[in-house]
Amino acid sequence: MSEVIVVTSGKGGVGKSTTTANLGVGLAMRGQKVVLIDTDTGLRNLDLLLGLENRIMYDLVDVIEGRVEIRKALVRHKKFENLQLLPTSQVKDKSAVNPADLMALCDELRKEYDYVIIDCPAGIEQGFQTAIAGADTAIVVTMPEVSAVRDADKIIGELGRSEKDNIKLIINRIRPAMVDSGEMMDMDDINDILAIKCIGQVPDDIKVVTSANRGEPVVGDNDSQAGKAYANIVGRIMGEDIPFMEFEKEGFFAKLKKAFGM
Amino acid sequence: MLDSLMRIFNSEKSGKVAKKRLQMVLIQDRANVSPEVMELIRDEIIQVISKYMVIDKTDMELSLENDDDSVALVANIPVHNMKHHR
Ligand SMILES: Nc1ncnc2c1ncn2[C@@H]1O[C@H](COP(=O)(O)OP(=O)(O)O)[C@@H](O)[C@H]1O
Ligand SMILES: [Mg+2]
Repeated sequence: MSEVIVVTSGKGGVGKSTTTANLGVGLAMRGQKVVLIDTDTGLRNLDLLLGLENRIMYDLVDVIEGRVEIRKALVRHKKFENLQLLPTSQVKDKSAVNPADLMALCDELRKEYDYVIIDCPAGIEQGFQTAIAGADTAIVVTMPEVSAVRDADKIIGELGRSEKDNIKLIINRIRPAMVDSGEMMDMDDINDILAIKCIGQVPDDIKVVTSANRGEPVVGDNDSQAGKAYANIVGRIMGEDIPFMEFEKEGFFAKLKKAFGM
Repeated sequence: MLDSLMRIFNSEKSGKVAKKRLQMVLIQDRANVSPEVMELIRDEIIQVISKYMVIDKTDMELSLENDDDSVALVANIPVHNMKHHR
């Protein structure tokens, strides 16, 4: 049974593309056949996060406009051959693809892949409507900040109006020390507000940035809290019952470990 | 009085403040994007009250009003007469 998942948020910069890249690599590491579709046409990024920017020949718009077959436009990941990327155009704009086009494409890809994951543009305009059209499941990414949570609520409403009722939440960029001192909302607070099933909480982690620098998503890096969090989300998507982890605090032990270079 | 209230409010941790503010603003947001739901609530209120009173349906007003720290559903329903009940 294959699943088409759209990663969306409303607000820009909360971590949709980062999430898409990490889930893609994470699922591929677990042996799943995965294709990622970048629908942020005009603002192409997923290729960079995956380290595939130099291998692109064709893009989503070429496929939609019938210039090439899907197969020819897919870019295979360097390390995981069961992971493919369908990049989007950096020159066209979001009106180049419509919801019916994307729905047809997803139905085609569904036949061959276990997971089709769609990276959605920010906003609630046509690009959003297009990105969600073919999806079975929506993952809403938010951050523990007032504007991001409000926008997530708006997106959840829009998804409901489009009859997308299978919605899951990822809370990204949590700062455990701030949560501890009461200066940041935690998962329970956001659950109370949005009432959507949470499948992951990802801490703010410099390794997310350094791994993006290298084009190698952090998932599975066990020295990284975010890497572990993404691996857990991958397991939950595959139907495993994984408890939420406690974040390591910059407390006495962490400091001691650092001091001894552990 | 207001001053001391303000002080209590300010000394509250910002995480809690964020949660409260969001819960309030989302009541408004959700009502604004679904006028259909407000319409349904209105119709059902009319049905219930009409069992007991004769009311002016056209002049009835229903709205969400917010104070600093609460949101209220405010209804203004002109009553013309009371129905007889046995
Ligand atoms: N958990 C995290 N910790 C630290 N930085 C992060 C985290 N998640 C995302 N970022 C950074 O935030 C920025 C925006 O992320 P991105 O995935 O491009 O967002 P979006 O696709 O929603 O616009 C990027 O610079 C990314 O490296
Ligand atoms: Mg993006």
